[in-house]
Amino acid sequence: MHGPAQITLKSYEFRREREPTWLALEALVERAQKSGFHSLSADELARLPHLYRATLSSLSVARSISLDRNVVEYLESLAGRAYFFVYGTRSHARDVLAEFVLYRFPAGIRRFKWHIGLAALFVIVGALTAFFITLDNQERFYTFVAEEYAQGRGPSSSTSELRAVLYSEHSPGDALATFAASLFTHNAKIGIVSFSLGVVIGLPVFLLMFINGLVLGAFAALHHARGLSADLWGWLLPHGVTELGAMVICGGLGLALAQALIFPGRSTRLRNLAQCGRQAGVVVVGAVIMFFIAGLIEGIFRQLVTDIAIRYAVAVITAVAWSLYFGLVGRSRDSARAEVEP
Amino acid sequence: MSRQANTGASDRIVDRYLDRRDQGVRREVVTPEGVPVGFTLARAGDRIGGFLVDMLIIYGVIIVLALLLAFAFGSSLSRANWTVPFILVFVFLLQNFYFVFFELKWQGMTPGKRVVGIRVIDGHGGVLGAHAVIARNLVRDIEVFIPLQLILAPEQLWPGAPGWARALSSAWALVFMFLPLFNRDRLRIGDMVAGTLVVLAPRAVLLPDIGGQETADSAAGENEYQFTEQQLSIYGIYELQVLEDLLRQDEDSLAHMKAMVTVSEQIRRKIGWARLRTAPVDDERFLRAFYAAMRAHLERKMLFGKRREDKYSGE
Repeated sequence: MHGPAQITLKSYEFRREREPTWLALEALVERAQKSGFHSLSADELARLPHLYRATLSSLSVARSISLDRNVVEYLESLAGRAYFFVYGTRSHARDVLAEFVLYRFPAGIRRFKWHIGLAALFVIVGALTAFFITLDNQERFYTFVAEEYAQGRGPSSSTSELRAVLYSEHSPGDALATFAASLFTHNAKIGIVSFSLGVVIGLPVFLLMFINGLVLGAFAALHHARGLSADLWGWLLPHGVTELGAMVICGGLGLALAQALIFPGRSTRLRNLAQCGRQAGVVVVGAVIMFFIAGLIEGIFRQLVTDIAIRYAVAVITAVAWSLYFGLVGRSRDSARAEVEP
Repeated sequence: MSRQANTGASDRIVDRYLDRRDQGVRREVVTPEGVPVGFTLARAGDRIGGFLVDMLIIYGVIIVLALLLAFAFGSSLSRANWTVPFILVFVFLLQNFYFVFFELKWQGMTPGKRVVGIRVIDGHGGVLGAHAVIARNLVRDIEVFIPLQLILAPEQLWPGAPGWARALSSAWALVFMFLPLFNRDRLRIGDMVAGTLVVLAPRAVLLPDIGGQETADSAAGENEYQFTEQQLSIYGIYELQVLEDLLRQDEDSLAHMKAMVTVSEQIRRKIGWARLRTAPVDDERFLRAFYAAMRAHLERKMLFGKRREDKYSGE
């Protein structure tokens, strides 16, 4: 009257056979999670991938032969946890930094050069607009520059007042480093935001670039009318090359994000955005470093050195250095890596 | 739903046990070995919780620094002081790269995420690279801080804005902040830009097998509960696993005992248990025996390629 007696469960046997492997992997992962990777010996590290693969294969088998849900769930979660360790990022900080400086950053700039160029174009258009309008009518200056930002400089300032700002002498005792640090953090924040604004299909990025240009143009016109053009650029360019460069780079990367969203090309919109975002995000970190350098030049160098020749020399040197860096460093790897990169 | 409609109160009790496990949204990630591994998406509450913990840490450190500075230098702070610029830069790095730092160091976790038990993974099963971590955290500003500012202190951000512009930008800010609630994968902008997912950090315990001993006993003829092929063919995998969950609930609560008794009674009624009227039945032992027998039966069928999902699907 009874059916054939149930002989031992296949899944039970399977579990008894494989369980030690799972437990070994679990112990390793547990320890790595608690006290870090360095707590594992070389031998244990070598065993980790083997245990991981064995567990993955157990998971596949369990799915097809076992109806014990706890076992399947346990294996799934164990595989998930071990997966982070086997495929986690673990490269040495020094290698990452070298890779970034010698390849990623300049290559990223080259990759997005058209976007960055477009952002630069908007700055230039903004600058020219404000320049000619302000030159025509000095009172227009305040249309483009907020009063607190101008720090007392404006259409009513005399030539000597403007000159005094450009050549104000500071001693190293003044809180120049603090000034430099606050310049850096302020500008870098704006840079990061103008990158992220790309996800709003880029319109605010154009606006931000254009407004930056307007401010620049208005100041240029103010000084030009008083014959202080050369002095203004000597004051502005030593740090401006780096700072405006970083600004335009951030904006350009934002535009690249926007493009990935609007014109996804062959892949889906989200996938394309993710791909572009990953590449562009790294370059933004480079731009933050540029802001830091610009902050140092503006906050310290410019305040201490008032000789116009040296100021122009620094401007030229930074311009040449950045061009060479972006143009040449890591170029030979571009073509080799282009296909492989995510 | 239809399942619930025509089942009795006992099934509802059982369903309650089951529900506890099935709350999350599952997403499968295919590892480079080609094995799909499932993850449960983090809930909005967990993510907000983790974020708040991280914010507390960041601003806690900043406040402590400010206090230390005030105590150490007092009123002489305004003079040229070399600690100030370092602290400014440090605070900037803390605000903007705290998340990047920890997510790189701890493979997708920050202290806050660790506390609530969630982590970041690559959405397509690959390695969570530095690129993705950087990208997803750079856009945090426009997701959280600028929207907050737009809503709480719009004057500061955009002085003299016309009303319509303010309304528009506030709406935009709200969309950004609450985006994760409105899409299938609970992605925030940063996740979209970086192609990442935030999932519950997997945590499961291997419980002792509940079928093995019973089948060994019944093979030796020692088990008092024996079932026929026909009796075992009534239920499917779904019911088996409901039963598994019930048996695995290791608690002595009254509700649990009650559930055991009701489920046992119902199963006996359904399979026409011959001894229903004669010998008294130990509900737990009966259920264990039935579970083991049914699992053996269903697994054997599965080996021959017949998966019976639940009692409604045919043989």
